[in-house]
Amino acid sequence: MKFVFKFLEPNKVFLITSKAPKYVMALFMIVISIGLLEALIFSPEDYKQSHSVRIMYVHVPAAWISLGIFSSMTFLSLSGYIFKNKNFFLIAKSLAPSGLVFNVIALVTGSIWGKPTWGTWWAWDARITSMLILALFYFMYLVAWRIYENKDYVLKITTIITLIGIINVPIIKYSVEWWNTLHQPASINVLSKSSIHSSMLFPLLIMTAAFVLFSLLIFLMKYNTELIKIKNKGLDRL
Amino acid sequence: MINELIYMNGYGPYVWSAFLFTFISFTSLYVVTKIHYVKEKNKFESKFGALDSKKAEVARSQTINREILSRTSNI
Repeated sequence: MKFVFKFLEPNKVFLITSKAPKYVMALFMIVISIGLLEALIFSPEDYKQSHSVRIMYVHVPAAWISLGIFSSMTFLSLSGYIFKNKNFFLIAKSLAPSGLVFNVIALVTGSIWGKPTWGTWWAWDARITSMLILALFYFMYLVAWRIYENKDYVLKITTIITLIGIINVPIIKYSVEWWNTLHQPASINVLSKSSIHSSMLFPLLIMTAAFVLFSLLIFLMKYNTELIKIKNKGLDRL
Repeated sequence: MINELIYMNGYGPYVWSAFLFTFISFTSLYVVTKIHYVKEKNKFESKFGALDSKKAEVARSQTINREILSRTSNI
């Protein structure tokens, strides 16, 4: 474990993270180009929803990633406390902005999709409301980092926010099964057969890969900024 | 073909606005993150430039500081 932590030391990590963004950016451009062609041109329209189904290619990956990022932030914040390693908090903090943006994208594109499908822009439905609550947790997390000056206090507060917020993640996942919702049940299941056709699954996976690469790019840029900020303080102490 | 791609049986405004919103969000997030990065890097460079030779030597002994000052850390 000590070896892993030594490898994760900011001084060593920066050598990789400072060079990685340009490669991630190049890869993102390639994958998103293929994804957009697939999503907007080559994938078929749905027999019920017609072309409006194409909104799924931005809505679903954004929702998946925002949930994934929040879960990772909770895991990292908790690990930071258990292993007394501040780098975990720094990684969690660097993930948060893209998590919030993906959450907002999921909400807004869901709302746009809702109009032609359900006839309304918004409904206080269990899935939509729980996603909105997740956005509030992201917001509280980011605001906490901005307003609290005391380092130890902010680590405690942000960990508490993620620990309370994580309760909402399984609620989001199972809301469509536990309650009667306007939102459709999951079409993709890891453990059982998915109900989505491969001609739609392929573009969805490509777009998900593109969104993952974009969140990685933003994470790397934000993490490098945080490390430079620390080094700026280090220069003040010289 | 082009008309079909734009109108999408009447769903075009919904589909395009969803994709446009995503594109604007991505661009805004990238630009804001980049601005913060450049600001911190410039701050570091100006602070480093203001150090006396002895302190600069100490600071330069750290790999991360050399990396920040190098051009390779540009995004």
